[in-house]
Amino acid sequence: MTTIDNRPDLPSDAGPEGQPVLSARGLVKTFGRVVGLDGVDLDLHRGEVLAVIGDNGAGKSTLIKALTGAFVPDAGEITMDGDRVHFKRPQDARAAGIETVYQTLAVAPALDIASNLYLAREERKKGPLGSVFRMLDKKGMRERAEQAISDLGISTIQNMGVAVESLSGGQRQAVAVARAAAFGGRVVVLDEPTAALGVKESGQVLDLVKRLRDKGLGVILISHNMPHVWEVADRIHVQRLGRCAGVITPDSHTMSEGVAIMTGATQLSG
Amino acid sequence: MTQPRTEAAPAATTEPDTGSATKEFARRQTPAQRIQHLLHAHPAISPALILVLTFAMFTLLNERFASPTTISLLLQQTAVIACLAVGQTLIILTAGIDLSVGAIAIVSMMVMAKVSIDHGAPGPLALLIGVATAVAAGGLNGFLVTKVKLPPFIVTLGSLSIFTAIALLYTGGQSVQQVDMAPLLSWTGEVIPLGAFPITTGILLVGVVYLVVGFALGQTAWGRHVYAVGDDAEAARLAGISVTRVLFSVYLAAGVIYGLAAWVLIGRAGAASPNGIVEANLESITAVVIGGTSLFGGRGGVVGTLLGAVIVQSFAVGLFLAGVDDQWRLFAVGVLVILAVSVDQWIRRVRA
Repeated sequence: MTTIDNRPDLPSDAGPEGQPVLSARGLVKTFGRVVGLDGVDLDLHRGEVLAVIGDNGAGKSTLIKALTGAFVPDAGEITMDGDRVHFKRPQDARAAGIETVYQTLAVAPALDIASNLYLAREERKKGPLGSVFRMLDKKGMRERAEQAISDLGISTIQNMGVAVESLSGGQRQAVAVARAAAFGGRVVVLDEPTAALGVKESGQVLDLVKRLRDKGLGVILISHNMPHVWEVADRIHVQRLGRCAGVITPDSHTMSEGVAIMTGATQLSG
Repeated sequence: MTQPRTEAAPAATTEPDTGSATKEFARRQTPAQRIQHLLHAHPAISPALILVLTFAMFTLLNERFASPTTISLLLQQTAVIACLAVGQTLIILTAGIDLSVGAIAIVSMMVMAKVSIDHGAPGPLALLIGVATAVAAGGLNGFLVTKVKLPPFIVTLGSLSIFTAIALLYTGGQSVQQVDMAPLLSWTGEVIPLGAFPITTGILLVGVVYLVVGFALGQTAWGRHVYAVGDDAEAARLAGISVTRVLFSVYLAAGVIYGLAAWVLIGRAGAASPNGIVEANLESITAVVIGGTSLFGGRGGVVGTLLGAVIVQSFAVGLFLAGVDDQWRLFAVGVLVILAVSVDQWIRRVRA
């Protein structure tokens, strides 16, 4: 796929058996007396979709925020490809190759698609126009944005010059995912990407998620929608009461079994 | 609601009810929608249209309106407000508002003049100190908005009084005449003779301000960030933009522009008076709004603002030439403001 920044080459031998691209051990985060995370482990491999499910207050968001630098965990360690990392701000996680698609999408509605893809990462023209006058390379960004969009097989978006606010909900979501995919060196985190979408648009976004995985990225998907999770996830991390209640797969457990684990009606042995 | 419809119902081919109307809406654009999209993509179109109509109307009323002399005078009268309106545009683009614009310009102007006559500072130094004063005043507004996190309306309402009081206390209410100051301070009043169409160096300076800010907004990353912050500050933050830094830089840049406007004002008025341009606040906001920049932030630009400033001044000149009572100018400007905001609201509802 087109790389917009200098993406490190993906090792080809990495699979679910290899070294995880992102790994967390014993994450703890408390808010006063409330325990948000109570020693959570998580492993994410290249080329897999790891879904994170859990009831409200189970610690899904806290877990994701700890992994993406929005919170600094009180204890525990995070490694990427075996190297210990410390994220103090979301920018740190982004610099390490973790892109997050927020539920609110974090797009500027009045700006066009290319500007949104490159928001806070604008590229300047070569030569003195760029270095002295700090002039943007609008044409180049537009072309590369178009390439990034078409690489993801998003056919519903054609013109990179239109304002994001004139797009439908699914198209906006696609822009946000494309931004993450274009810049996400190693990991893309999607927070409830289908929550606000209709049936058809949800399907398109799920296709995008699969395509990110096929490109070799590690994908974390937070969702309340069990059919969507069972459709795209390779493994499912079930979060319950600040802990990981277990990791299952769509083949090993049915949806209702997953929900039972999530709510504590049944417990995984071991 | 006479008949139940479902989302998945196929487009009705025969019945011209609301069902097929919705389908039409989704598929094809009505002429009104096409206009809406056009205005959405190019917000300077509506003020440009209004300006053309204004010129046509006043030329019909009195053909002297279209003469080079009148237009030259019009530009000279517009220069100061047009310059202040650039700073106002920047702040309104971030969904803020600056009520202290006139007060900052006056403090800056009085500092320039007083430093020159009281301390005998050479022209460039007096100018520098005056502009620096305006930057400091803008910086104070910016600090209160970004660090103390007060709404811009409240901050600048307060600083309007503060800066006005400072200007009056500092000068004792006394004006400074041009002849007493360093010549550089009134350089902006120099006339460049272009035959029947003389312009002042002040107009050129304002033109340069427009070019620089227009370039910065349209062609640099900083400009993108100003729009993004004004559009949705939280989204901009999540995307990795330092919202505080962008906002603060906007207030500082506005300060520089107000300082330059103060310089243009000395040249225009031939004196520095602490009671000058009391109407600057509303007129600069009016120019920005008529120019199509949204008071809700994130859309608009300086081209529209320039058109807006010229439109407002055209009414003053045109109605005078037509022999109409000057109060009608106020009336007309009021109508234009309401019209402009209505158009903006309509454009903001645009959907594909």
